[in-house]
Amino acid sequence: MKYLSDVTTLKLLPEKCTGCGRCVEVCPHGVFKLSDKKASVTDRDLCMECGACAVNCEFGAISVNSGVGCAAAIINSMLYGGEPSCGCDGNKKSADCC
Amino acid sequence: MKELKFISAGKQNDKNTASCCSAEKKNLISEASAIKDTCCCTENSKLPEWITGAAETPVGKACKVSTAWSLADHWGQIKSRTSGFRMKYSVKPGLYAAGNPDKDSDVLVSANYKLSFDILRRSLQGMNVWILVLDTNGINVWCAAGKGTFGTNELVNRVQEVQLNKIVNHNRLIVPQLGAVGVNARSVQKITGFRVCFGPVYAKDIPAYISSGYKKTEEMRTIRFTMADRLILTPMEINPALKKFPLYALIVLLIFGLKPSGIFFRDAWSGGMPFLFLGLISVFAGALATPVLLPFVPFRSFALKGWIAGMLAAFFTIQSSGIIHQGNIILLIVACLFFPLATSYIALQFTGSTTFTGMSGVNKELRAGIPIYITGVAISLILLIVFKLGEWGIL
Repeated sequence: MKYLSDVTTLKLLPEKCTGCGRCVEVCPHGVFKLSDKKASVTDRDLCMECGACAVNCEFGAISVNSGVGCAAAIINSMLYGGEPSCGCDGNKKSADCC
Repeated sequence: MKELKFISAGKQNDKNTASCCSAEKKNLISEASAIKDTCCCTENSKLPEWITGAAETPVGKACKVSTAWSLADHWGQIKSRTSGFRMKYSVKPGLYAAGNPDKDSDVLVSANYKLSFDILRRSLQGMNVWILVLDTNGINVWCAAGKGTFGTNELVNRVQEVQLNKIVNHNRLIVPQLGAVGVNARSVQKITGFRVCFGPVYAKDIPAYISSGYKKTEEMRTIRFTMADRLILTPMEINPALKKFPLYALIVLLIFGLKPSGIFFRDAWSGGMPFLFLGLISVFAGALATPVLLPFVPFRSFALKGWIAGMLAAFFTIQSSGIIHQGNIILLIVACLFFPLATSYIALQFTGSTTFTGMSGVNKELRAGIPIYITGVAISLILLIVFKLGEWGIL
């Protein structure tokens, strides 16, 4: 299943890539593949902008504008400002033991 | 039910102590600090069923967990999949043991949402591993990682707090792959010395992942979204939509019952019933049918998918039941305008629950969709006013 085509903000800078393979390890949609010790993008439309690759790329070769892809959260942030956040904050302290 | 006394080395434990942390009990449990954390507030001093004992470590004890689910665990899953119960379904963060782990055993990191923790321990049958539960405010791994609560800081702090370096003599942490959104592996290694291995997406693949020498197949790395996965999410789509239904019903009944001489219940019901019924149909078309049939509904846009599902549902409902009778063309237009848009809006909410939609796409859909939704509702209201004026003989 793919979402809208050509909307992802994912950017890969091959010149910074060292071919460590971290992005391949963390991407849940197989967006990256390694060939000749360089990462490349297989299909951009598979990217869901979760941001795992960018967070874990030690060499700053990947950037993506990641965030909550949830309609209700984005509507709330449009109405009230602030970052989209989907109600599952769990603000209260969990396991309130003693 | 295991009671506190199994760790109290024969000391008498007063089950009837009213306050949850009496001096005596504190004294007892100071012998097993890890267990204190889990047990001290549970009713009648009883430990949860899933705690089966205590595991010795060089720095104290850790709770041993069962790898089987009890009836309570199943019931907890049902409640948290269908209601707000999920918001308070958590376990105490800290170190747990599955089987009989020792210094060489692997350490699996998890979130303190009880359902996440349960799914993990259920997949560890016959294994001897440590489980390090992070405090994610009771939220699952992926969502918490997106917010950073399942994150580098919490992982580093928890590793240090439980003194993991004294418990195991290797430096390998297995973090769920979906946790990578919040965990910077490099930083964790720099600060704690522990090397983060991002394990499989699904807990059920952990045994195969470990026995293959921490190698992930492409399948282990890839998240899926099967029909069963989608179906299990629908109660939490239907519930919030139905919560708004009474308000919708009130507005519909008011509109149809309103007469120049007052509000008539008989008219409200006979005129409003088709709209109430179509409203319910729209909710289920958007919150149940569209998610379940997701890949089979045309277009990639969720708003369009929902609109198609809503149009089909409204069309067939009107056709087969003839509920908008007397050939009233205005009401027919309102129904064909409003209900598909309502379904579209409800279906768009499902983007928050899928495993493959991203923020940029949802933003794009909303920017295009919201003006259309607002216009559609406005035109529907104007047409209803025209209909009412005609009904009252004013037009």
